Amino acid sequence: MRHLLSINDVSPEQIQQIFSTAADMHDVQRREVKKLPALRGRTVVNMFFEDSTRTRSSFEIAGKWLSADVINISGKGSSASKGESLRDTVMTVCAMGVDGLVIRHPASGAAQQVSEWVDAVVVNAGDGTHEHPTQALLDAYTLQRRLGTLEGKHVAIIGDLTHSRVFRSNVLCLTKLGAHVTVVAPPTLMPSGIGPWSTDAGFATSYDIDDVLPHADAVMMLRVQRERMSGGYFPSAREYTVGYGLTRERLGMLKPDAPICHPGPMNRGLEIAGDAADAAQSVVLEQVSSGLAVRMAVLYHLLAGEES
Amino acid sequence: MTNPPDPRIVLDPGDIARALTRIAHEILERNKGATDLVLLGLHTRGVPLAHRIAGRIQAVEGKVVAVGELDVTMYRDDLRKQPTRRAHKTVIPSVGIDDKVVVLVDDVLFSGRTIRAALDALADLGRPSAVRLAVLIDRGHRELPIRADHVGKNLPSARSERVSVRLAECDDLDEVSIS
Repeated sequence: MRHLLSINDVSPEQIQQIFSTAADMHDVQRREVKKLPALRGRTVVNMFFEDSTRTRSSFEIAGKWLSADVINISGKGSSASKGESLRDTVMTVCAMGVDGLVIRHPASGAAQQVSEWVDAVVVNAGDGTHEHPTQALLDAYTLQRRLGTLEGKHVAIIGDLTHSRVFRSNVLCLTKLGAHVTVVAPPTLMPSGIGPWSTDAGFATSYDIDDVLPHADAVMMLRVQRERMSGGYFPSAREYTVGYGLTRERLGMLKPDAPICHPGPMNRGLEIAGDAADAAQSVVLEQVSSGLAVRMAVLYHLLAGEES
Repeated sequence: MTNPPDPRIVLDPGDIARALTRIAHEILERNKGATDLVLLGLHTRGVPLAHRIAGRIQAVEGKVVAVGELDVTMYRDDLRKQPTRRAHKTVIPSVGIDDKVVVLVDDVLFSGRTIRAALDALADLGRPSAVRLAVLIDRGHRELPIRADHVGKNLPSARSERVSVRLAECDDLDEVSIS
């Protein structure tokens, strides 16, 4: 594994190795000195051409706790806003001697493209509507800790699938680890051409949330990504909630110990009701702390060893 | 393919047991009892050794000694020279290590670089009142100014030789051999 661009880059064994390192990293969060020297002298640049709070700060803290020097560059306020091309921005940054590049970009495939230009290790922190591999890893890690194993567990992924890179990475990751995945969305937000893919990859699709919820061992709610929507995908927010939101009534249909995940940021009252987001079985904040541990593990595995 | 030279057994199960018993007594003598004592085993084979020594101390003093595990992977100075190493768990006993006498336990003392890493790791975890080192085998060839306080056996060796420690907990039998 030279880069982490897609969940397709990692085998189930490598995923479990990352999880086992992440479990050790989790302990560091409870220590007084939250610092390990593993990446001392290495430089990691976070390049975010799209807004982000948790992913960027999570990668920043992960790098810092491993003693790497971390620099943040965002699209706004960098030369990119003066019209510099992605290639020029990336090559400029890499000319300064950077070892790792964490990149988020609105164009699908941007991370892959960047990895072909540079010598640095590239981590995809979300490219358009394609993939967000570290999110999938942290979701699977959180669920595995809660459920013991993912093998044979039924996970429901519900919401705006068309615009979701989290869903794409999660389907790949969860099925790789042996979970049965069912994805649920209104017909307008179900990606076109999902039929053949779901048959190949071995996951199910459904339009009926009430049919799926009672059998789920875990539920993952996805954000309705209004910023990526140009047209009317549903008549009104209210109608979306009635049809596909995890409302207080639907909370009662869930298995009492089924974890509720949401990658954040949440639209409370739209795809997830406040009662569900704050329920005892909600693991939303656990996902955040797991995310830090998993990102530390990913940076460690990609950057600590000898250069290949 | 040529076969490696036959390994020569230097410690049998009885020798290992006697060495650990002596180390346990030395630790107690040096510490004047088992008060404020914390044994930290270094991964991998230092961990079962630490538990065995703790068992012997308990048998002599009738007190439970705190035992933990220390993983120094992240602190190694050769991380960049090898493929990524798998890290292990660090488990600090609930009593903590602040103001305790910490005895690091490892199987073989060689270059001293692992112990250097362990001392750095300890500094991030707290401030012991003293740190000591107990090893089953000291094979020489130090590359750093480090020495052990308690040694099971001094084993003069050539740098090219391989010392392997096998313990029932990890390898189904107790044996130290050199080849």
